[in-house]
Amino acid sequence: MKILVAIKRVVDYNVRVQIKRDGSGVATDGLKMSINPFDEIALEEALRIREAGTDTQVLVVSIGSQSAQQQLRTALAMGADRALLLSTEDESQIQPPLLAHALLKLIEQESPELVLMGKQAIDDDANQTGQMLAALWGRPQATFASKIELAAGLATVTREVDEGLELIRVELPALITTDLRLNTPRFVKMPDIMKAKRKPLEIRPLVELDLEPTPHLETFAYEPPPKRQGGHKVDSVAALVATLKAKGVIE
Amino acid sequence: MNKILVIAQHNSRELSPATYRAAACAQAIGGEITVAVFAEAAGPIAAAAARLDGVSRVITIERPENAHQLAALLAPQIAALAPDYTHVLMTSTTCGKDVLPRAAALAGAAMVSDVMQVLGPREFRRPIYAGNVIVSVRVPGTGPVFASPRAASWRPVGNGGEAAIEPATLELCLPTHTEYLRLEQEENDRPDLQSASRVISGGRGVGSTENFKLIYSLADKLGAAVGASRAAVDAGFAPSDLQVGQTGKIIAPELYIAVGISGAIQHLTGIKDAGTIVAINKDPEAPIFEVADIGLVGDLFKILPELEQEIENPS
Amino acid sequence: MDPAREIMKYDVAIVGGGPSGLAFAIRYRQLQPQASICLLEKGAEIGSHIISGAVMEPGPLDRLLPNWRENLPAICVPARRDEFTYLTRGGRWRLPVPPHMKNNGNFILSLSSLCRWLGEQAEALGVDLFPGFPAAAALHDENGAVIGVRCADMGREKNGRPGPNFTAGVDIHAPLTVLAEGCRGSITKTLIARHNLDQASDPQTYGLGLKELWHLPPGRAEPGLIQHSIGWPLDRKTYGGSFLYHLNDNQVYVGFVAGLDYEDPMFSPFEAFQQFKHHPSIRPLLEGGEILAAGARTLVEGGWQSLPRLEIPGMLIVGDAGGTLNVPKVKGIHMAINSAMLAAEHYAEKKTPEGYNALLRASPIGRELRRVRNIRPGFKKGLWRGIANAAFETLLAGHTPWTLHNHTDYSSLTKLSRFTQIKRGWAKRVLPPRDRPASVFFSQTAHDETQPLHLKVADTSICIDRCRTEYANPCTRFCPAGVYEMIEDDTGRHLQINAANCLHCKACDIKDPYEIITWTVPEGGSGPNYTNL
Repeated sequence: MKILVAIKRVVDYNVRVQIKRDGSGVATDGLKMSINPFDEIALEEALRIREAGTDTQVLVVSIGSQSAQQQLRTALAMGADRALLLSTEDESQIQPPLLAHALLKLIEQESPELVLMGKQAIDDDANQTGQMLAALWGRPQATFASKIELAAGLATVTREVDEGLELIRVELPALITTDLRLNTPRFVKMPDIMKAKRKPLEIRPLVELDLEPTPHLETFAYEPPPKRQGGHKVDSVAALVATLKAKGVIE
Repeated sequence: MNKILVIAQHNSRELSPATYRAAACAQAIGGEITVAVFAEAAGPIAAAAARLDGVSRVITIERPENAHQLAALLAPQIAALAPDYTHVLMTSTTCGKDVLPRAAALAGAAMVSDVMQVLGPREFRRPIYAGNVIVSVRVPGTGPVFASPRAASWRPVGNGGEAAIEPATLELCLPTHTEYLRLEQEENDRPDLQSASRVISGGRGVGSTENFKLIYSLADKLGAAVGASRAAVDAGFAPSDLQVGQTGKIIAPELYIAVGISGAIQHLTGIKDAGTIVAINKDPEAPIFEVADIGLVGDLFKILPELEQEIENPS
Repeated sequence: MDPAREIMKYDVAIVGGGPSGLAFAIRYRQLQPQASICLLEKGAEIGSHIISGAVMEPGPLDRLLPNWRENLPAICVPARRDEFTYLTRGGRWRLPVPPHMKNNGNFILSLSSLCRWLGEQAEALGVDLFPGFPAAAALHDENGAVIGVRCADMGREKNGRPGPNFTAGVDIHAPLTVLAEGCRGSITKTLIARHNLDQASDPQTYGLGLKELWHLPPGRAEPGLIQHSIGWPLDRKTYGGSFLYHLNDNQVYVGFVAGLDYEDPMFSPFEAFQQFKHHPSIRPLLEGGEILAAGARTLVEGGWQSLPRLEIPGMLIVGDAGGTLNVPKVKGIHMAINSAMLAAEHYAEKKTPEGYNALLRASPIGRELRRVRNIRPGFKKGLWRGIANAAFETLLAGHTPWTLHNHTDYSSLTKLSRFTQIKRGWAKRVLPPRDRPASVFFSQTAHDETQPLHLKVADTSICIDRCRTEYANPCTRFCPAGVYEMIEDDTGRHLQINAANCLHCKACDIKDPYEIITWTVPEGGSGPNYTNL
C-alpha cells in the first residue's frame, strides 16, 4: 500500500521564538528548524507499518519554502521512500484550507490508502489541516491517534480524547492525525543521511496545482502574551479558601 | 445582527461545561444565540442547553447516527446548518477540534482555532507557538465564521435562561465509513494532567516521595490532577510524566496550586495560561509569588492538611 | 556488550564545527577538491554551541573566503571606537587603550551566525557536515596512531542500557582526524593525557566567559563601540574583566570573563557578571532593556607556554582545542582560522600531520603567541603588578629573556580554613536574569532527560564529605548554569546534577579541585541553541 505523510517545517520545539521588533511577524531567521514533532511521529508510524511486513511505499510531502528540502531530506534519512516539496515562497499562504486543497490534489494523483500527519503544527497550533483534508476527500478521519491497527482494509484507531481513550474503526482509505504517545521517532543514522542524498526529492511549484482560491485568515497583529499580574498574598488558609470561593474557582 | 450557532458538547447524558464556555464566547460576539444538540436522544441535554444564559433557541437533531460525536457524521450536519448563521462555535476540546475543522471545510470556510478574545464580529485573538505569541486575526469575506473558543479563556455562563427547544430534521445521507467502538477510561480516576481543570503540583520543597502523598490527598479532595516541577521529578519525588513546564507539559487549568515550587521561569512557561495560580511556599522571596494570583507563605506541612480540612468543613 | 557499529570512511574527519574546524574543511577542499571530508558537530546545528565575545580580526577570513564581506552575518558591525576602563565599586576611570586592544579595522560579530555561514560555504564545497552527531572518542590502531573517531550512541536509557530506540554511534575511519573541539575538548583532553602531549609545556589555564545579548531602549547603544573594563567586581587577585560591544538596532553584547585560577572557593563567576551589570556606570545602560539571549563558555588563557604538542600520527589539533587564543588581544577567531588553514595547507602538501607542530610554532601564529606569552601569567601577582608587567612586556614586544609559568586551575583554590573571606559589598540585583536557571532559559539549552548523565562525577562521597568541609562545594558556584546542587533531605546530603541545564562550557571539568568531574558528550543535538551569540 501507499502511505502519504505530510510534514511541516517549523521552528524547533526547544527554541523560543521572538516577535519582530516592528510587530510584523515572528522572527525565524537563523533559528533551528525541524520537522513538526507530531508529523515526525506520523512518519515514524508509516515506517513502522512498512517494516511490519506489508508491501508499503512511504511518500513524504511538505508544502513551504525551498528550505523545507532540509526537513524532507531528514524524512528520507529516517526511511521515507520518496519526497515531494510543493514550493511556495509566500509563507503567509500556508494555512490549513490551502494545505488541505493542495494535499487533496496530490491524493488524487497518488491514490494513497492512508494519509498520516501530526494532529497540529507547533507553530500555528491550528489543529485543522487533517480534518479539512479528510472532509474534502470525503474519507474518514481519526484524529489524536495513540494506537493504529490495520487489518483487512480497516484501521482501528485509539484516540486520545479528553474523556479517556476512544476507539473507532474506519474504512480505508482514511486520514489519521497522530498524537504524542503513538510512538517515539527513531534517531537518524549518519549512513542513512548519505543515502538520503540519493533518494528522489521532487520539487513542484505550488502554483502548478492550479488551485482555486481558498479561504484564509488575515493576521494583523503579533503580540507577546500578557504578563501575569501576581503578587497578592493572603495570611491564612481560611482567607485562601474564601478568596478562591469569591473568584468562583471552587465551590 | 449576528446569528450564532453553538454546537452542544455532551456525553449522551449531560451537557458538558465546554458548551457553557462556548456560550460565553458567543455572548462576547453578541447576537442571537442558537444551540444545536446532535444526539440520539437530546432530552436532558437540550433542557440544560435551554437554561444557558443568553441563549434564545435550542434545536435538537436526533438520529441514531448522532449517538456518538463522530466528526465524519456531525460535520456534514453542521455544514448544512451553517448558511443560516453568521458564526458557528464549538469549544476547543478534543471533540471540538475533531469536528469543527471538518465542518468548516465542508462549508468552504476557514476556521479560527482557540479564540481567547473577541475583537469584533470577524476579528479574534488567538495563541500560536504554544501561547508564546498572541495573534489578532480577521476572517475576510461574508460567509459564516467558524471558531473554536479556547476553554481556559472563557468562564462558563450561568444557567438562568429559558430558551425554546425546537426539534429539527436534516435530510442528509450520512457516511457509514466510521464506526464508534468504545471509550476506555484511564484506570485511575484522577483527571488527566493535560486536560484537568484543576491541578496541584509539588516541587522540591515537598521533600520526599512520602510527603508527596499530601499532594495526592488534596488533589483527590479537589478532583484535581497532580503535577510536579522538574526539581521534584529530578529528586525522584514524582514520575516524569507529571512534569509541568518547558520540558514537561504545558497546561492551562482553571486552578493551579503550586506547592513548594520556587517558580523558575522554565516552570512558569508551562502554566502561563492557567486561570488562577495559587502558590504555597515557605520562602516569601520565591519567584512563584510574583505570578501567583493568591500566595500563602508558610510551612506546607501545616498548610496542606489545614486546607483539606477547610475545603471539607469550612470554618 | 559492545554493539555492532557501522563504519564510514573518509579522507579527513573533523571534530567540531567552530571556526577552526570549518576553516580546515574549507581550506582543505579548496586545495584538494576530491577529498572526502566529514565534519562532526555535537550541536543540533552548526553554530548552536558557538559563543564568543566577539571582536574578530578579519585578515585570516579575508584569506580563506575573500567574498565574506559581501555576505555579512546577521550580527556584524565594524569596530569604531575603543574604551578601556578601570572600575571601583562606585567609580570608573578611563585608562589608555593598550595597543593589543585597539580594534581599528576589526568587526564585532556573532560567531554563532558566522559559523552558520561558514557551514554553508563548507557544504557548498562538498564537505559532509553532520550537526547533531558528537564524536565521543578517538579510535586508535595497535601502534597508538589515531585512525578516526567513534560517534556518540543515541537512545541509551538513564541507567546506560540501550533503550527501544537505541542507535549505536558509527565509527568514522580516516587517515587524518582533525580535533577542532574548541576550549577543553573532551577528546583532545583524553588524547593529550594518553600521549603525554603536554609533557614539554605548562598546564593549560582557562577563563570562564559569560555573555548576554540585550535589546536597549532607543538612543543608548553606539554601534561599533567596544568597551572593556578591569577591576570591580573582581578582587585584585582574580584575573578578568568585562566587555560591552555595541551593535546595530539598539542591541549590545554584555559579557564578563573570570580567570579560572581564582583562589576564593566562595567566588561565583555568574554572580560577578551580574554584579558588573549593576555597576553605577553600566546599570543605566541596561535598565529598561530586555535580555534576548545568554550563554557561557570557557576559553583558553595559557597561550604559548601551554600549547601542547599539536600532532600525533593520524591526528592534528587546531584552534582553541590546542589553545591558540591571544589573551591580551582578547581574540581567538583569527588565530583559530589561521591555525586551521596552516594545518590544511601543511597536510595537503605533506600528506602527514608530522611537522605541523613545529611549523605552527615557527609561523606568525606562534610568533604572535610568543610575543605576549608573559602578559597573562603576570596577573598572578595581582592586578597592578600585572598591568605594570603587561606594559613592560608590550614595550619589549616579548623580548624578555624569561617565560613565566602557568599553573593548573583546579589546584588554585584556597581551602576555606585558610581563606579570609573577602567582603565584596555586592549589591542587591534588579536586572534580569534573577538567577542561573533564568539565565539558562535564555540559552535555550535542552537535553533529553531520559539519557544517562553526561557529567560524570567519579566519587560523590568526596563531594559530601571532603569537598564540603574543605571548599564548601565550589561546583555549586562556578557552574554558570547551576547544574550542581547539594541537597539535604530526609535521606541525608547528596549531590544533585541538573545535567539538562548544562551549557557545555566545561568549567566543571577544569575547576573542580579534586579532578573528579569529567565532562562527556551527551546525545547528539543536546545542549544550547545559540543563534546570535
